Amino acid sequence: MSLDEVTRLEIGSDVQIAGARQAVREAAVAAGFSLVEQTKIVTAASELARNTLVHGGGGHMELAVVENSGGRAIRLTFTDDGPGIPDVDAALSDGYSTGNGLGLGLGGARRLVQEFTIDSRPGGGTTVTAVAWSRTAQRVPR
Amino acid sequence: MTADAGAGRVSVLRMGEILIAAIQQELTDESALALQSDLTEMAAAGARGVVIEISGVEIVDSFLARVLSEIAAATNMLAGRTVVAGMRPSVAITLVEMGLSLRGLETARSLEDAMALFQGQAGR
Amino acid sequence: MTSVDSDGSGAATVAQVLETRGEQVAQQWADLPLFRNVYTTGRDAAVAAAHRLVQVLAEVARHERLDDTSAPGFERVRPHLAQMVTGRTRSGATLQQITAEVADLKRPVLEIVAREPGGADGAVPLATVELMGTLRVVVMEIALSEGAEIIDRQRQQLLELSTPVIKLWDRVVAVPLIGTLDSARTQVVMETLLQAIVDQNADMAILDITGVPMVDTVVAQYLLKTAMAVRLMGAECVISGIRPQIAQTIVQLGIDLGDISTRATLADALGWALEKAGVSVVVGQG
Repeated sequence: MSLDEVTRLEIGSDVQIAGARQAVREAAVAAGFSLVEQTKIVTAASELARNTLVHGGGGHMELAVVENSGGRAIRLTFTDDGPGIPDVDAALSDGYSTGNGLGLGLGGARRLVQEFTIDSRPGGGTTVTAVAWSRTAQRVPR
Repeated sequence: MTADAGAGRVSVLRMGEILIAAIQQELTDESALALQSDLTEMAAAGARGVVIEISGVEIVDSFLARVLSEIAAATNMLAGRTVVAGMRPSVAITLVEMGLSLRGLETARSLEDAMALFQGQAGR
Repeated sequence: MTSVDSDGSGAATVAQVLETRGEQVAQQWADLPLFRNVYTTGRDAAVAAAHRLVQVLAEVARHERLDDTSAPGFERVRPHLAQMVTGRTRSGATLQQITAEVADLKRPVLEIVAREPGGADGAVPLATVELMGTLRVVVMEIALSEGAEIIDRQRQQLLELSTPVIKLWDRVVAVPLIGTLDSARTQVVMETLLQAIVDQNADMAILDITGVPMVDTVVAQYLLKTAMAVRLMGAECVISGIRPQIAQTIVQLGIDLGDISTRATLADALGWALEKAGVSVVVGQG
């Protein structure tokens, strides 16, 4: 995909979670991310897509490649109209990784990206935005 | 016997009392769960160990990590061992970055090394 | 002194001249060092590039504030300016030289503007100088950010060079860490070490911290992360070079190294690895 384009994918099944991973991988490769950087952003996408499906009841992902003088980044936005997250701090806490937590996958995803915001209201849906910057992607003259 | 659900197809081979599942490609959640169910069933039917070979896997997220841990827990209960072999560097880095160290999961560099573990050598 | 763009006439005249005499300006610019040194393959390319820049300047003079470095026109031509800056930098030009060359572009424009009706009127040369000054600032910004990128890349290369992974024996690799461990360094160490484990077909890795001056909770976390990643791959990891003071600090901070092996010296760690590999060292009689 070219820069400045936003791709929108529906997240309504586990096959679509896999589809989201694939789309993010392709964008990361095209944007010049290193292998480890690709792996991190694709894994984060997988976590967030699953959260959208399992806890949000389904929704969509928007994918954009961003570029400025600071370099290149991939921005992912996951939106659902689900029940929302009552306690965002708890959802991000480490209780998740031992399996005792809500299992929302948010804490892990947050550690893989550089910018991470959650906008959620109980009963009002959830929007999660994650941005991963690349240290290796070179700015290419258009 | 194969675990085939949706996009992913994982062949499970049996070598003596060891089950070997080589995951060749990315799995959907459904196929991961199918693999878990099949391996657990086969282990209960009489296998002493399971090797899950993941050198072909580029992404291991928390879901797949949990499935792997659960397979290991199940085989342990059935008096066996599960070894995850061939994890890629980028996958290992991403898992520890997420805070998932999967302690308690045995690992090996390759299928060959994993099989050696079952041949009487001391486990790690 | 009133700003030339607020009364409008200076800027409008400059825009007019650049629009009508653009080709002329371009022809003159093509012979100046900045374009000549970049477009070495042919003068036509230089003229075309120069003309493109003239058109952007005309646009800025026509529609924007003369001192606006973020005018859309400059954004559009930024990649081309960046290419020119990179080209000049590669040939060894300094930032000073590049900005001086951009400043030189001013003279032909002033001369051509002066010959136009109304061109000698006070506000017009001032507007020209202001516009060309803005271009110079834009190029400086670009050069600085390109420079920052180069420094960044070199820093990355330095990080990689200073993290050599050594194959100590069949199946055994070691990383002697020297200096402070920060987040970026840890990333490089992890990636380099894990890749070496694959490349050298190793199943034992030694992380030697003899050269790490200070270990606090953060550094310990970095070491743990690296060791955990090595283990996930199916290799074993031992941390060596733990000086008595460091051991004390680790205990005092309550850091739990879990089941990660540790040894006081790199030599001890090598001994551990050889033993695991079933290798025994015999001292010869000769």
